Amino acid sequence: MDTKALQAKAAQLRMDVARMIGPGKTGHLGGSCSLADIVTVLYYDVMRLRPSDPAWPDRDRFLLSKGHAALIQYAALGDLGYYPKEEESTLKKLGSRLQGHPDLRKLPGIEANTGSLGQGLSMAAGMAAGLRMDKRDARVYCCVGDGELAEGQIWEAAMAAGVFKLSNLTAIVDMNGLQATGAVRERFDSSPYREKFEAFRWHVLEVDGHDIDCLRAAFRLAIAEKERPTVLLAKTVKGKGFAFAENVVAFHNGQMTQEQYDAAMACETRCNQ
Amino acid sequence: MKISNQRTVYGETLIELGKRDPRIVVLEADLGKSTQSYGFSQVFPERYFEMGIAEADMTSFAAGLSLTGKIPFTNSFAVFAAGRAYDQIRQGVAIGKLNVKIVGSSAGMSDFGDGATHQSVEDIAIMRAIPNMTVLVPADAPQLKAMVHWMVAYDGPVYLRVSRNDLPEVTGETPDPVRPAVLRDGTDAAIVSCGIMTARALQAAESMAEAGISARVINVPCLKPFPHEEIKALLQGAKAIVVTEEHSYIGGLSQALAWTLRGDGRPLESVAIADEFGQSASNPEELLRHYHLTAEAITDQLKSMLEN
Repeated sequence: MDTKALQAKAAQLRMDVARMIGPGKTGHLGGSCSLADIVTVLYYDVMRLRPSDPAWPDRDRFLLSKGHAALIQYAALGDLGYYPKEEESTLKKLGSRLQGHPDLRKLPGIEANTGSLGQGLSMAAGMAAGLRMDKRDARVYCCVGDGELAEGQIWEAAMAAGVFKLSNLTAIVDMNGLQATGAVRERFDSSPYREKFEAFRWHVLEVDGHDIDCLRAAFRLAIAEKERPTVLLAKTVKGKGFAFAENVVAFHNGQMTQEQYDAAMACETRCNQ
Repeated sequence: MKISNQRTVYGETLIELGKRDPRIVVLEADLGKSTQSYGFSQVFPERYFEMGIAEADMTSFAAGLSLTGKIPFTNSFAVFAAGRAYDQIRQGVAIGKLNVKIVGSSAGMSDFGDGATHQSVEDIAIMRAIPNMTVLVPADAPQLKAMVHWMVAYDGPVYLRVSRNDLPEVTGETPDPVRPAVLRDGTDAAIVSCGIMTARALQAAESMAEAGISARVINVPCLKPFPHEEIKALLQGAKAIVVTEEHSYIGGLSQALAWTLRGDGRPLESVAIADEFGQSASNPEELLRHYHLTAEAITDQLKSMLEN
């Protein structure tokens, strides 16, 4: 896919997220949309996957440590055929495979049970270590939130990945700057991030998390790095793509009015033109 | 009676199984010389992860390893294995029913010198409360060995409780790793026990016999899934029942058995730790005596029940 096609794909996945939530219902719109471009570049450009064989041992893995943003991953998995697209309408309904947070025993393509923040990076590091032991070429990608960086276990995992030189592990920090109750800088400012990850022996890249070409280049640099794990500090906008939701704290886990929902769907029409 | 040590046998068994099964990997949080996982690192350095003093990361990292087909054994003291890493076990391991083996060493009061912070009175309760978890409490080293074999063959999360100190071998030639077993038959009363209290239950039955009371001793190695029906069958005919464990009476064998016997009507009492923490002592026996975890306490309890 070229840049333009990837941009269009990201717009489509955002739309899928909005549709999955629907008007008047609560859902993690903001943190899903900030990740849309990153998820698109990973699933449609960078990662080696076989959607028809989700357990393929040599596949690359994507873990959403910020599991509440599962919607954007569900959108990609549905689009790629990991499950029937029409199942999206069952989101968070009783008996659905599309749980509020990702469940690996329920939905093909989900690699870990995440949602209790701070744990995904440790699991990703363990996977990277296991793949390396088996001399598999597969890589592990793990997305964490900037608010999530306050979890101490993130730094335990960062230490371990640095100590074990897990160069097949790439972390992406979704730096949308907002956590559930406000701006990360105002709630609990755990910056600087670059210096911390460097001190823990990581290869650090600062990227625009909505610039498709920038993301592709960064992931290529991560693959080329053979000594250290790489982290992309990705500057993003929470709610990106929907004017009414951009940088609005309430859309961490908020409800769209009917008007907002209509605006989101109109956006789709525009994108498809 | 032969004396052996669960920790020592655990370390040896890991190596023995590691030679047969390349999927076995071992994780440690800087207690390897105590938990005896250290020996594995000498034989299989590439399959041993020293995770630093970071039990939470160790547990989630093990979950990741299991998702690449490994069989990870995480090692720490029981208080930390079950307590400090509780959320990592619940969220990352148990919900997904991952093949992670959690080994809680120096369990119960067995780390007698280190006091309340290092003595686990509630680890069984915590682990039993988690769906999908299997909880194993070996009565002696041979049973622990059988359990470690069983754990490798079983696909799913398991918590194994390991005692620090030397123990008499009481479970016989081929101890079953998960099924309850009658270790001594008796007609008047029954003692249901697990872990280090099984040896004490046998001592109690012996001294009861001298007093003319015939007590059956039933060892329960698997506390979850709890074999309610099997234990009911093994308890047939007993007129009074004492349950004993080196753990709080809350959430362990005592309450599991009380649930098994609900509505049964027979006298049932528990010799276990009250709702309190441990403390330092100069030797294990002194500590166990202080908390009434003795053969005499079992005997006294049973006698008073049979007299009434």
